[in-house]
Amino acid sequence: MIRVLHGGRFTTVQDAGRWGYQRFGIPVAGPMDPVSHRMANLLVGNRPSCATLEVTLAGPRLEFESDLLLAVCGAEFELLLDGEPVPGGTVLAPRSGQRLAFGRRRQGARAYIAVAGGFDVPRVLGSRATHAGSGMGGVCGRALAAGDELEAGDGIARRVRAGERRRAPAPNAGRVRVLPGPHDGRFAGVGAAALEGKRYRVGAASDRMGYRLEGPPLEQDGPELLSAAVPVGAVQVPPSGEPIILMADRPTTGGYPRIGTVISADVPVVAQLAPGAGIEFETCSHETAVRALIEQERGLLA
Amino acid sequence: MSDWRLVRVGDASIVVEFAQQIDPAINARALAVGDAVRAARYPGVLDVVEGYCSVTVAYDPLRTAIEPLVAAIEEAAERAPANGAAAAEVELPVCYGGSHGPDLEAVAAFAGCSPAEVAALHHAAAYRVYMLGFLPGFAYMGSVDPRIAVPRRSRPRLRVPAGSVGIARFQTGVYPVEAPGGWHLIGRCPRRTFDPDASNPFLLQPGCAVRFVPISEAEYRRAEAEQA
Repeated sequence: MIRVLHGGRFTTVQDAGRWGYQRFGIPVAGPMDPVSHRMANLLVGNRPSCATLEVTLAGPRLEFESDLLLAVCGAEFELLLDGEPVPGGTVLAPRSGQRLAFGRRRQGARAYIAVAGGFDVPRVLGSRATHAGSGMGGVCGRALAAGDELEAGDGIARRVRAGERRRAPAPNAGRVRVLPGPHDGRFAGVGAAALEGKRYRVGAASDRMGYRLEGPPLEQDGPELLSAAVPVGAVQVPPSGEPIILMADRPTTGGYPRIGTVISADVPVVAQLAPGAGIEFETCSHETAVRALIEQERGLLA
Repeated sequence: MSDWRLVRVGDASIVVEFAQQIDPAINARALAVGDAVRAARYPGVLDVVEGYCSVTVAYDPLRTAIEPLVAAIEEAAERAPANGAAAAEVELPVCYGGSHGPDLEAVAAFAGCSPAEVAALHHAAAYRVYMLGFLPGFAYMGSVDPRIAVPRRSRPRLRVPAGSVGIARFQTGVYPVEAPGGWHLIGRCPRRTFDPDASNPFLLQPGCAVRFVPISEAEYRRAEAEQA
């Protein structure tokens, strides 16, 4: 058993997401940075369907009631096991009674904690992912709080040893790549290129639902649109002109024009931006998007 | 010439877009495309999501052979009938006005009629569930009589109680859970439209025919007690 001593800023149970119910208005949720989530699961030998804890900006404090195997991937935090520094991206073997604390955040915004077997919470509509907006999944549909107790499940695919390490695939350090459309034609004659050469800042109100960007407004015109499904990474432009990147907890459908969609390979890059960080875009081709994703997958499985 | 187009949105979804209209025949075709793609159980497809006049197929780009998927979606769009299989009919009881419908008076003022007439116009019509979205189990239904097709409130409410029945232009809907919302609220339905723990969590599905049945405050209380 794992006892939560402190919940941290916003720590939630996430698995690959609640797919298959968007036509009933059920948001997908799931990890904001699916690559780091998967890497944490791979490290401890879990099946891909296992749930991890997604840590946001400030981490939790956990106490272990039994020996277990654990790994932390994604954002770089100072990690302390009973006060002793321990590395991220590595299989750790805390003993019963030990405590894991998250200290200073060095880089990134979201870390993922995997335990061997996965975090076992009841499935809701086939998934353990937390969607706090609708109070669904995870622990009582909310972020972790002091006093919560979590159990490890039986999702082990492979036995691993303490000390095993994995290098994260190098994230795209440049501009966030966007595929134009579907409503790029509404943007002042230049289309999705209107996003290029502009610098935005991640707004303070950014969360799992969406990243509100602050910066030069984008001008558009055209008739009102009818609501349709919106994918993760969609860059929607409300009448104010400041773009919003829709993320894991987005509502299933939206009616604002979308100038482009962040490519799958760069969604983790966005997920690791903290409020206040700068962000720039560049448009790319479909081939580039797919190639980047394949390279990332190779890096993850290497 | 076909009246639909295929649009790739990002690197993980393909959308069939029909004419941008709220129209039962167009919506029926979108639902037929969705049913066909779901029935094909295409490897790599994660979700199939219908909108008013569109179908979005979300897929895993690393596990999907894209050309055959595109061909299958095109074929479904070409064949989609405008008069799909008859959908279920659902009756939703509504207690109009009072504390349940705090905006009924405002809608009456908009329509230039009495609150009772607003309620009568609302429950006289048969509605179609065009799509679900916004909240778990929230069904966008239409079309509302033009006389009471009031736009959204200028100030959305931070808390709309579950069961609230609202109007936004030609759309009407029932809030399945408590949520913020900007629709004008005219009444409340005691029947749960979304229950994640039920064997069928969703009372309303795209394509459903819905009728609102007026009930009294006493009937509302009885129905609510039966659900508890």
